Amino acid sequence: MSAISLPRRSAEVHARSQTADWRARYFNWFCLSVLLVFAAIWIIPLLWAVDTSLKPDGVIAAQPTSWWSGSWTVHAYQELFNLGNIQVWYLNSFMISLLSAVFAVVACSMAGFAIARTRFRGRRFIYGLIAAGLLIPPQVLIVPQFQEFNAVHLLNTYWVQVLPAVAVPIAVIIFASFFNGIPAELAEAAHVDGASWWRIYRTIYMPLSKPAISAVFIFTFVWKWNDFLWPLLTLTNTRTMTLPVGLSQVSSSFGIQYAEIMASAVLGALPLIVVFLLFQRRIVEGIATTGIK
Amino acid sequence: MSIQAIPVETGASATARAAAAPRQRRDEGRAGIGLAAPFLILYVLFLIGPTLYGVVMSFFNSSLEHAGLGGFTGPDNYTQALTSSDFWQSMWHTVLFTLMTTPPLVALALVLAIFTDRLRRGRWFFRLLFFAPYVVPSAAMALIWTWLYTPQIGLWDKWLSAVGIANPPNWLADPSWAMASVALATVWWTLGFNFVLYLAGLQEIPRNLYEAAEVDGASRWHQMRRITIPLLSRTTALVLVLQIIASLKIFDQIFLMTAGGPNYATRPLLEYVYDIGFTDFRTGYAAAASMLYFLVILAVSLVWFFISRRQQKEA
Repeated sequence: MSAISLPRRSAEVHARSQTADWRARYFNWFCLSVLLVFAAIWIIPLLWAVDTSLKPDGVIAAQPTSWWSGSWTVHAYQELFNLGNIQVWYLNSFMISLLSAVFAVVACSMAGFAIARTRFRGRRFIYGLIAAGLLIPPQVLIVPQFQEFNAVHLLNTYWVQVLPAVAVPIAVIIFASFFNGIPAELAEAAHVDGASWWRIYRTIYMPLSKPAISAVFIFTFVWKWNDFLWPLLTLTNTRTMTLPVGLSQVSSSFGIQYAEIMASAVLGALPLIVVFLLFQRRIVEGIATTGIK
Repeated sequence: MSIQAIPVETGASATARAAAAPRQRRDEGRAGIGLAAPFLILYVLFLIGPTLYGVVMSFFNSSLEHAGLGGFTGPDNYTQALTSSDFWQSMWHTVLFTLMTTPPLVALALVLAIFTDRLRRGRWFFRLLFFAPYVVPSAAMALIWTWLYTPQIGLWDKWLSAVGIANPPNWLADPSWAMASVALATVWWTLGFNFVLYLAGLQEIPRNLYEAAEVDGASRWHQMRRITIPLLSRTTALVLVLQIIASLKIFDQIFLMTAGGPNYATRPLLEYVYDIGFTDFRTGYAAAASMLYFLVILAVSLVWFFISRRQQKEA
């Protein structure tokens, strides 16, 4: 009995796994087609913006939705650069994002090290204060912060952007938890050998913390580059504006010159798309491990 | 930036060194304070300070037109906000936007991530595509979508007329469509973030679970419902809370695409604060409205905090 039933059962399993195989393949094709449809929807707005920006305004008015114009031109880009402001906005955005990222990495890693690896009076209280700050969204502080910077006459400077961008509690927490993952014996041994705490921080802990450094650096940079509400309030002079604020102002002056409007959108989007293409892996890993939004 | 609470081990390693000599401990204390000082100074000046000042201001008749706090008004600013129809209208718009964006941004990201995870090759391609719009500044995104929504000559209207819908609504200028139009553009803009969080969550599901299910004859659909989605529940909780908080902070897209209009039909709470504080110069009242708004976001954050703490205890 058993000698007969055994092959029969295995044949049954085999047949079942064949249908399963077939079903799995069918399912994979289904997944892929859904993904391709959504991928098309996701790329079209970006392609359409680039496409519009390269057409002469006359063609856009005549046949607004034909993808192929035949007479490509970079006139819209030239016009934007001739206005002369966009170069300044690029510079402002770059300097503000860079200074914010550098200062945030330095100040927050030092504080994170102090919390993770040294004992001082009030450490628990300070840690609690920093953790509580996680709950405060910067958006609810726009009114008092504006008053503060207005009182010390720092509106329309880099400082009004950079200083609040350094005081970000999540960056301290990221560094503290990363340093906690590095064996404490390392610090102790170096300390017994007479190394100062500053030296331990700078020559032992920081070189081991490249993932945390790059996560905080990239996120501060991208966040400040794309920040809108706070720069809109505090950078009102055309020469001090960041790129997003400048773009929101310039677009209204173009009226229905869609090529110029789309050229400015493309120029606004381009730098970070390039950064993302270069650092895709690090950015995605950073999001997955920290959940910073 | 909004955040996910990260558990930090505080002090365990420090107590291990409790036997250190007093002089050394004094040095260590000084070093700790010194290292923390640059951050703490900025933190007190630009986060803790403004928070406290905002609370104080909300009880005064402050204005951008005169220096100082102005006259003490007690809870007047709060009663005025809570009885103002404009305040409640903009609060409702904020909640409505959150209700419109959160379900598609969570569900669609989940489905697309599961499908992408199934692929043997080309995952990077979809990750790149879906995430790319997320790094585009809101100003550029708003310009692109305003052009897409332009009546008659915009791409969407042309496509709709090609499939026989000749009279589509005037998307951004129609009070009953404006919010949905901005919400749709937002789904396109920010889906990639949730998608990436889900992809990371999927990496942690052991592959042999699927193999075992396969041997038992479970279909792909069953595997998805019985293995993938339940095991992703922690990721889903995280994505959901981050999304609700991000959506409650809506300002950029609406300010740029509809300016809160038509006729205030889409004005969110942050824009209300902006208008009151920086157009009407009534900063005391704007601070009070900010505080009420803060309480809403705080409530969501605290619910999340207690849920994640319970999850951690169970794990």
